[in-house]
Amino acid sequence: MSENQIPMERHNYDVVVIGAGGAGLRAAVEAREAGLRVAIICKSLFGKAHTVMAEGGIAASMGNVNSSDNWMVHFRDTMRGGKFLNNYRMAELHAKESPERVWELEVWGALFDRTGEGKISQRNFGGHEYPRLAHVGDRTGLELIRTMQQRIVALQQKDKRETGSFESHLKVFAECTITEILKDGDQVTGAYGYWRETGNEILFEAPAVILATGGIGKSFKVTSNSWEGTGDGHALALKAGGKLVDMEFVQFHPTGMVWPPSVRGLLVTESVRGDGGVLTNSEGKRFMFNYIPEVFKDKYADNEAEADRWYKDQANNRRPPELLPRDEVARAINSEVKAGRGSPHGGVYLDVSKRLPADEIKRRLPSMWHQFKELADVDITEQPMEVGPTCHYVMGGIEVEPDTAAAVGVTGLFAAGEVAGGMHGSNRLGGNSLSDLLVFGRRAGLGAVEYLKKNPNRKTVSTESIKRAQERIEKPFTRSGGENPYLIHQELQDLTQSLVGIIRTKNELTEAIEKISQFRSRIEKVSVTGGRQFNPGFHLSLDLENMLLVSECIAKAALTREESRGGHTRDDFPKMDPNWRQYNLICDWNGKSISTTKQKLPMMPNELLSLFDPHELEKYFTKDEMTQVMASAGSR
Amino acid sequence: MARKIKLRIWRGSAKEGSLHDVEVDANEGEVVLDVIHRVQATKINDLAVRWNCKAGKCGSCSMEINGKPRLACMTQMANFEEGETITITPLRAFPVIKDLVTDVSFNYQKAMEVPAFEPPADLKPGQARMAQVDVDRSQEFRKCIECFLCQDTCHVIRDHEENKKKFAGPRFFIRLAELDMHPLDILRNRKKTAQEEHGLGMCNITKCCTEVCPEHIRITDNAIIPMKERVVDVKYDPVRWLGSKIRRREEIS
Ligand SMILES: Cc1cc2nc3c(=O)[nH]c(=O)nc-3n(C[C@H](O)[C@H](O)[C@H](O)COP(=O)(O)OP(=O)(O)OC[C@H]3O[C@@H](n4cnc5c(N)ncnc54)[C@H](O)[C@@H]3O)c2cc1C
Ligand code: SF4
Ligand code: SF4
Ligand code: FES
Repeated sequence: MSENQIPMERHNYDVVVIGAGGAGLRAAVEAREAGLRVAIICKSLFGKAHTVMAEGGIAASMGNVNSSDNWMVHFRDTMRGGKFLNNYRMAELHAKESPERVWELEVWGALFDRTGEGKISQRNFGGHEYPRLAHVGDRTGLELIRTMQQRIVALQQKDKRETGSFESHLKVFAECTITEILKDGDQVTGAYGYWRETGNEILFEAPAVILATGGIGKSFKVTSNSWEGTGDGHALALKAGGKLVDMEFVQFHPTGMVWPPSVRGLLVTESVRGDGGVLTNSEGKRFMFNYIPEVFKDKYADNEAEADRWYKDQANNRRPPELLPRDEVARAINSEVKAGRGSPHGGVYLDVSKRLPADEIKRRLPSMWHQFKELADVDITEQPMEVGPTCHYVMGGIEVEPDTAAAVGVTGLFAAGEVAGGMHGSNRLGGNSLSDLLVFGRRAGLGAVEYLKKNPNRKTVSTESIKRAQERIEKPFTRSGGENPYLIHQELQDLTQSLVGIIRTKNELTEAIEKISQFRSRIEKVSVTGGRQFNPGFHLSLDLENMLLVSECIAKAALTREESRGGHTRDDFPKMDPNWRQYNLICDWNGKSISTTKQKLPMMPNELLSLFDPHELEKYFTKDEMTQVMASAGSR
Repeated sequence: MARKIKLRIWRGSAKEGSLHDVEVDANEGEVVLDVIHRVQATKINDLAVRWNCKAGKCGSCSMEINGKPRLACMTQMANFEEGETITITPLRAFPVIKDLVTDVSFNYQKAMEVPAFEPPADLKPGQARMAQVDVDRSQEFRKCIECFLCQDTCHVIRDHEENKKKFAGPRFFIRLAELDMHPLDILRNRKKTAQEEHGLGMCNITKCCTEVCPEHIRITDNAIIPMKERVVDVKYDPVRWLGSKIRRREEIS
């Protein structure tokens, strides 16, 4: 079939969903329930996507624990967490729709932890005003993905009853990697990739493609992400003519394991702090009291007595500063370590053993207990943990239309979940990702359904586009004596970690950008040993290009944004600048390099603005904007 | 602090294969998966191995280490003696694809054969009320990370390909038990079909599955044995059980 004699399969679907995490599966369910034929493609086995690792919970203002909660409070918290850079419409949809998405999981068989009244229990988390995270111990992601997986199976069983085949209308292509989005003009025609198991190639012809490929953590050395987080969807969209937004914002989770080295970066869930864990430095001081930023002073306790009282009485006390948004806590830990007040292995201490009895810790945080016991030989019911920042989540991603999740600039392409940008602004609150996956996964599914209704005519996949895709996959095999992909990967990770990491400066970013362009020519020469069959070296050689593109976006956007905000901290511009709040940075790919442009953020409409106290908005908005705000407030 | 260790790793394809000796460094605190990755990065670039989370959460890195079904990411190198050769082989109950990667599609097939969760038709989102004690039991089974180590170790299929057709295996016995004990599931006869269609009767309660489960799910005591007791029995605390099923009905409507 193809010149290189590699067999190629051909499939035809209405919708192809790339990614089987929470977002992809929710999108697939929506599209299938609307009657479409759907393929789900993922790099790992079904049920292993990164979502499985989520621990703490899923944010939804159901108000089960504190009935004062509602979507407006959740919306406010999300905007504050993102430092008002969020796409307000996405934040609004997310806050409004997440309770329904959680309840729906229950109707599909999920079993969340319960309150005394038998409702879904909700726990405290950083940046959330009320207990808001529905959870299952500290394995919420597992519950989410298993429920979605089982929902897919339920739909397949229904199809089997009607058509005689489980896979007639909904099929999972596991251990299959997509390397190219195919297009005719600016319209999507399908996707191309290879089976990891055999190395054989596979073509999907489909008028609508949904990207739900998750994050980019593997571009960094210290990360909580699995190997899948290589930014494939980010790169696929760029190369298909899509745009990335907010790429300078990378979330470093404050608490990753730091010891032993082999588990460095592994996540220590925020629930440890939500359930009462405190952070101390080598001097035994609860240092977070020294790091409460001006904008949060009225919400966080500035002394231990009040912080401790909050656990019993939340109405009359301010919250402990350990529960500040993640960017604040991560920077604080970084500063303590830099100032020489770190723990022996370069972190700080996180201790929950003094707050809760041993049984309670094991009940509420079973997998943390297990993880520290097995991997670090630390018993968290008796000893403190050593923790430090780890690359966790990318706020930046594909620019989409909020309501339909349609990718800007590419007709027929949709994106949802971590790979999409805008929703979280400059910093994501814990728990807001799992809800984001479901809210926008569903919307992406619907978006594709509506799109196909309006555009029933399909374009065919051209032979040239197939040929291009084939050549790219074949390349690493045609070279010999080139560099080892594993070693290049390690070097790239070192580079991003040290030059584009948690604290950034102009000089380092400029150096990073220069080095990244050198990497490009090296990656073009990578060669692989062995054959096509399940060959991780080969797989990595193709992923490298994606990680490089993502790193270039991060570095360039970070260099352009001359302020500090959320997941972007510039040592040379340490303050938040209201002028910069008015802009997103957009990354484009011209085939050779990434360019960034400023794009004006739309102003929130009155009904959303009015949810905030103008005095709070003053901290984020420019004087001109405030005049506008006050004028329209006056006219209300 | 690195020490040299000797590994004997199975390499090969569906058709043929053999054990290969390799020497590689191990650092303090490392797990078997770290060492395999080092082999991959420095010695055998195309060594096939599955993994994702490296935290015991996804159940991808299942293999046999010195003949025991284990997660490579949760097996400390410190467990092995100085100078000991560690033998690493693919799961034996499933056909090899390449090196340490096996074809586990059997499990996904079985998953499709278990009738899905079925809530009451009139259950509206947000209305369910369930007490924690009533969900505890099913929650234990929902901890399953689908590593399939229990499937691999179960003697009914480990060396008996011919049994696979009729036998769903411990992973799916806990799935059936989970649904049977799920306060909102209304499908009847889960126990009966477990016996008649999923091969529960072939299990002779050796408990090997429970022993290998990395999630410490008490597969035999809490799922298999109660499922085998088709008639109401004291061990099973029928009063509480029935109570929870009935109470929930009233609360939902
Ligand atoms: C340790 C940890 C704990 C977390 N805890 C929480 C929490 O408590 N609450 C919360 O809200 N968030 C949490 N997060 C964040 C959240 O889990 C992720 O943001 C979210 O799961 C991402 O889901 P997703 O559906 O977008 O993609 P993922 O779950 O990452 O799935 C991506 C899918 O895309 C597939 N894919 C990728 N590239 C390709 C390709 N080229 N071809 C084919 N398929 C491809 C992958 O195989 C995979 O199936 C946590 C994250 C981590 C790392
Ligand atoms: S107890 Fe039953 S299911 Fe478990 S290993 Fe033994 S025979 Fe297999
Ligand atoms: S029951 Fe335990 S051993 Fe079996 S698949 Fe699940 S987690 Fe693995
Ligand atoms: S890699 Fe996930 S369980 Fe080992």
